[in-house]
Amino acid sequence: MRIPPKYTQIAAITILGAATVFTVAILIFILVFVLEKGLPILSLNFLFTSPADMGRSGGIFPILIGTVLLPLLAIIVAAPLGIATSVYLVEFTNESRITRLIRFGTDCLAGVPSIIFGLFGFIFFVTILGMGWSIMSGGLSLAFMILPTIIRTSEEAIRAVPKAYREVSFSLGASRWQTVRKVVIPNALPGVVTGVVLGIGRSIEETAVVIFTAGSSLLIPTSVFDSTRTMAVHFYILAREGLSMENAYGTAAALIIAVLIVNLTAYFMMHRFIAKRN
Amino acid sequence: MKLLGEKGVERLLSVVAFSAISALGLIAVFIFIEGLPFLFKYGIKDFLLSSDWRPDAGKFGIYPMIAASFWVMLGAMLIGAPLGIAGAIFLAEFVPKTVMNIIKPAIELLAAIPSVIYGFIGVVVLAPVIRDLFGGPGLSLLAGAIILGIMIMPTVISISIDSLLAVPVSFREGSLALGATKWQTVHMLTTKAAKSGIVASIILGMGRAIGETMAVIMVTGNSVMIPHSPLESVRTLTANIALEMSYAIGMHREALFATGVVLFIVIIILNSIASVAIRKKVIVK
Repeated sequence: MRIPPKYTQIAAITILGAATVFTVAILIFILVFVLEKGLPILSLNFLFTSPADMGRSGGIFPILIGTVLLPLLAIIVAAPLGIATSVYLVEFTNESRITRLIRFGTDCLAGVPSIIFGLFGFIFFVTILGMGWSIMSGGLSLAFMILPTIIRTSEEAIRAVPKAYREVSFSLGASRWQTVRKVVIPNALPGVVTGVVLGIGRSIEETAVVIFTAGSSLLIPTSVFDSTRTMAVHFYILAREGLSMENAYGTAAALIIAVLIVNLTAYFMMHRFIAKRN
Repeated sequence: MKLLGEKGVERLLSVVAFSAISALGLIAVFIFIEGLPFLFKYGIKDFLLSSDWRPDAGKFGIYPMIAASFWVMLGAMLIGAPLGIAGAIFLAEFVPKTVMNIIKPAIELLAAIPSVIYGFIGVVVLAPVIRDLFGGPGLSLLAGAIILGIMIMPTVISISIDSLLAVPVSFREGSLALGATKWQTVHMLTTKAAKSGIVASIILGMGRAIGETMAVIMVTGNSVMIPHSPLESVRTLTANIALEMSYAIGMHREALFATGVVLFIVIIILNSIASVAIRKKVIVK
């Protein structure tokens, strides 16, 4: 029996639509679940007091500092490297074997599992370079991890700047580098910053790399060579060792809110950037 | 920058441009330096194919972990790939652009949720359900596969949507003009034209599934054994490294780095396949 195409279409749309709704429902479930349990615990007091008794009671203040410092250091290192790479790829070369190699390397680096970055950071920064478990080791390892995100996003942003802009600049006698500095970068800036923001987001979410390279000290760090922990690590330790479910939920809520803020910022910046382009 | 001059800037950038590939190289070198000597000392065959993992007795067979990683990955793909591709087709072909522009970022937000949160949801929500429905410990291969399936969905959806949207509109118009329904056009034409991109999305999803660590540690139970049923507790390659690294010394630590070498090679192979597939798409376009 042959089913008329009209009905197979209805069936197909129903199944595909159901799959999509299911996916979105999972997202909403996770957000609601964590926020519902965590928000009541989250308070200014929780954010700005130090943990006591290994995190069983008290707040997450030192962890908050770690969560700001590690991604910050990662970005300070990775952003200039990543943006320079994308400027070079788009503005200074044509497609060649070398650009293909750079792109392939970037893609592979993006696919490397975080546990490998953790192992590498542990052996290279922590052990061989003698930085110990510290903000420095953690930040540098995270910088390696987020480099591909920054390269890809800013490459797209720079590529999206219309050719005509560059031609006008060249015709006015500007050099290639002047054109990049005065015309291309300012126009691509929102897109480039989006890449940086996404890099911050990935650093905040990461757990494996941070545990292996920054350790898990609960003290307020006083130098970049002190150990620290981020919210993701703190949450993992609290939940896994069953230290305090309440504080685990509070930390999870803070973590989710941080991730939401960062990613929504990136989304709206990109959106405005694209709207402006069109 | 003025000091450098035009040529100097270009030269500087051409050096910095190698940062990502140097980072990859540096990582490979140091993981291999730590892991490769062990592989040759202990024997690659014994390391990969023996099921005897007793570090205190000098036995380092990672076969149970390889099997666990494989089955968890396969399970994740069976769950995540069909759902992801279905979602991608629906969003790219059957809903208005404005709807897609809202839902696609929402799904991409799934990728931004930290893996420890996924793991936690797996422990407190999913594992009890599995225990009640099917028996067993709950923290199991199945729980790992489901959580990873959800985690890889954004990767699959996002790349598949991009490759579906890259199929020229004229292809679709031609098919519709011949009297095909929208669904016929999608499954006979659009998905075929976007095939390499969709395949790439699946391969990248596989890479993510094999490489994921924290969520897997939390939900799979971590017993070192070859799984005979999806309800059993298993330990993946990544979980094994993360769980034992903190106290491993000597041969034991080298064995964990050797496990890292194995993972690294698998991931590079998967990424190479995916990047070839994606490049094919570009040529078609």
